[in-house]
Amino acid sequence: MRVVGKPLPKVDGAAKVTGRAVYADDMLPARTLHCRILRSPHPHARIVSIDTSAARRIPGVVAVITGADLPVRFGILPVTQDERALEHEKARYVGDPIVAVAATEEEIAAAACDAVEVEYELLEPVMSIEAALEPSKDERIQDYGGPNNIHKLVALEFGDIEGGFARADHVREDVFFFQGNTHLPMEQHSAIATCVDGKVTLWSSTQVVHYVHRALSKVLELPMHRIRVIGAAHGGGFGGKTDPFAHEIIVAKLAMLTGRPVKCTLTREEVFYAHRGRHPVLMWVRTGVTRDGRIVAMHFRSALDGGAYGSYGVASTFYTGALQTVTYDIPAYRFEGCRVFTNKPPCGPKRGHGTPQPRFALELHLEKIARDLDIDPVELKRRNFVKPNTRTVNWLRVTSCGLEECTDKVLAASRFHERRRTPGRGMGFAISSYLSGAGTAIYWNDMPHSEVQIKVDRGGVTVYCGAMDIGQGSDSVLATIVAEELGLQPADVRLVTADTDTTPIDLGSYSSRVTFMAGNAALEAARKMRAMLVEAVEAGGHSFDDVSFEEASILAEARFGTLTAAGSYTPPTIAGPYKGSGVGPSPAYSYSACVVDLDADARTGLIRVNKVWIAHDVGRAINPLLVEGQVEGSVYMGLGEALMEEQVFRKGLHKWPSMLEYKSPTFLDMPEVETFIVETNDPEGPYGAKEAGQGPLLPVPPAVCAAVHDALGVWIDEIPVTPEKVIEALRRKDKGEAPRYGPPRFPSIPYPPAIKVEPPPRDAAAASL
Amino acid sequence: MRAGGQGYARIAVKNEILREVERVVLALNVNGETRQLLAPVHKTLLEILREEMQLTGTKHGCELGECGTCTVLVDGKPQLSCLLLPIQLEGRAITTVEGMASGSELHPLQAAFAELGAAQCGYCTPGILLSARSLLEENPRPTRDEIREALAGNLCRCTGYTKILQAVELAADRMR
Repeated sequence: MRVVGKPLPKVDGAAKVTGRAVYADDMLPARTLHCRILRSPHPHARIVSIDTSAARRIPGVVAVITGADLPVRFGILPVTQDERALEHEKARYVGDPIVAVAATEEEIAAAACDAVEVEYELLEPVMSIEAALEPSKDERIQDYGGPNNIHKLVALEFGDIEGGFARADHVREDVFFFQGNTHLPMEQHSAIATCVDGKVTLWSSTQVVHYVHRALSKVLELPMHRIRVIGAAHGGGFGGKTDPFAHEIIVAKLAMLTGRPVKCTLTREEVFYAHRGRHPVLMWVRTGVTRDGRIVAMHFRSALDGGAYGSYGVASTFYTGALQTVTYDIPAYRFEGCRVFTNKPPCGPKRGHGTPQPRFALELHLEKIARDLDIDPVELKRRNFVKPNTRTVNWLRVTSCGLEECTDKVLAASRFHERRRTPGRGMGFAISSYLSGAGTAIYWNDMPHSEVQIKVDRGGVTVYCGAMDIGQGSDSVLATIVAEELGLQPADVRLVTADTDTTPIDLGSYSSRVTFMAGNAALEAARKMRAMLVEAVEAGGHSFDDVSFEEASILAEARFGTLTAAGSYTPPTIAGPYKGSGVGPSPAYSYSACVVDLDADARTGLIRVNKVWIAHDVGRAINPLLVEGQVEGSVYMGLGEALMEEQVFRKGLHKWPSMLEYKSPTFLDMPEVETFIVETNDPEGPYGAKEAGQGPLLPVPPAVCAAVHDALGVWIDEIPVTPEKVIEALRRKDKGEAPRYGPPRFPSIPYPPAIKVEPPPRDAAAASL
Repeated sequence: MRAGGQGYARIAVKNEILREVERVVLALNVNGETRQLLAPVHKTLLEILREEMQLTGTKHGCELGECGTCTVLVDGKPQLSCLLLPIQLEGRAITTVEGMASGSELHPLQAAFAELGAAQCGYCTPGILLSARSLLEENPRPTRDEIREALAGNLCRCTGYTKILQAVELAADRMR
């Protein structure tokens, strides 16, 4: 390999260190109008009337629109088309968009929003999972789902669960809570639209140009070929820019109405309300094990606080039950999930989408079982590790799996088992796994998930792909793969990406899918191009390695005419034979193991993380520098979630919608991270590569809590682990109560009877089913 | 959340809006060039740089002085451009990320950030580069803790800070 596996700089590195990269808010074409959005100040209210007449009279106001102008509903999932760009019937959370103004100055647009008179009829807000399970005092938040404010109920059962528990030597139940938190990208969401000759163009800070394209077409009632969506340089996503957003539709509509460019950049406060972040999840887990710690049956329940709209919520719900089996061999498994609507900003996908919460619960639950049985927790987990090339009880296909090697790496480097037992200092260990792209598209179709075209002329190479580089380096991955095949350097390759007019489709930067899927599409296209070049060179009596790329391209262009090659990637059909099996399958799973070393002060409850060791099975590092960056960033974000980040509300209002009050780790909080890249050469990944961007977050919160227990002898079964919770757990311990802080119980939820699914056969042939 | 979604930052503007916006002639020295412009008196340096001077390399994350994204140098010291009014800054030397390179040659900090992957999404990068430049001008051999201290006012959500620390150290080595 010439460039694959080398720590080369990102192809957009220079643009980003010089200020030349153009983000959406950097664009200011002549005659641009500025848009501001009036949002509901009430968490739950009927909209009686909207009077925009005073706003329209303000000099400088060019257009004012309401929900009557954009009545068509949209939503990321086909089953939950429940959002409007502007709501004119009912507000469901503080921040729900009601009126939009386009004006010559941003201040004028804001003043016009203030001049709008909206009459609300207030409804009793529903603010917690428990309240959502009860009948509404006034009315339900949404008119679908139910009973009460339940959005979605799922119940699946794989294998002989009753028999499994009957065979168990020991059964344990625990309850955990994972508080919601938000992405907090440094760049606020921003979008700018133009409408010229009846054709709308939108530049946006989005992770998913294709899904935005679809939503615009639906709501604006324009065919997709009359709309062009371009991903601007991206200032951070983490899942927070994976839904189509109201402001994207609004600026497009306002551009259509005014004939001028219209831009909307959310304020930081609005970003906190736009949210779509980590669901708060309450979890109950009951596991049966043999005397030597082998899992025989598991029953997992989750309750997700979804906020006011569907967003990705149905998928999030399934994800809280899907991947437990991908790390541990669980022969019988029942999952019951529930998502409720509350009058808060909608939750959706954040790095790890629906899986960090159950991972937190599962890892700590197994720690406790190990202590019940007096088995070393690492040893107990190891006894249950899945093996490569197997099928899980819920039909997930595991191929490459570096769990053992990851575990060995972090245990050895941290000297985990040789650590000195000192009160106030502790180490914790946890593992995890994540998808390399979802095996099914968000809307059902048989088309490829990613497509790449390559053009070569006069010695120049251009790669076209819909993939959106959100900072993770997907452009660099494409350039590296094409460069490797064609004998070039990544910097030699020109890229055109994330533009629905000029690039073939890629579904977007979510579910850690881009390296695997766009990478495979690029590899196929590049190999076809190489074959043409080789054929032309050899026809001329030369060897490909003996001529320059420019000479080869001239020979090939002379022989074949215009040189283009295309490749595409469609995931294998591997979902199990049951309803709901579309969430969980992936062409490959990454694996991680992590050790956290920390000091926990029994007097103040303060925690200081000293060091994190993390090993990540990335299959193959296309660029180890970028893989390390993804792993380090994941550890950072996991520590933030474990120790300080909370998206919480008081009377419908966010408690701290600013970057000062919403605590996130600074340079001073971040410990040293030692990263080990484990390469298992996945059989289906491009050059063996799997995902890197999300999986390494997952083991960090449970490893922190295990380390707190190691240091102080108390369990914090709820994150973030704030000093108050540590102090309260220590107080309980001193009083002789259970040395624990966490949710006392799991509510009664009317789960339906479980759909019973026959597991795949447990023999070697199962892996290739 | 107040109407319009601008929160606590905007109340003062509300009653002023129908008045003619007062404009002043400013002479600002940015990146070694002095430019005269007629600018609304209430606009922050951040807004003037981005909207009146097309220097969009300076980014914004909060416009409330909390995140460090909009950091520029004023007479060599890091300052938050979202909290400064240009009218205070006449005669002062303002440096933005566009002024870091010498011609087409990157500043050693820029080169090190690009080489080591210290910029992922790149949005916090201009502010961090300028904070780091100020540090290295005062303290050419900072310890890792001194770098952390100097950059603690700049948030980054992508990198976990590790590669940024390594890049500042690499640049410091090369600048000696």
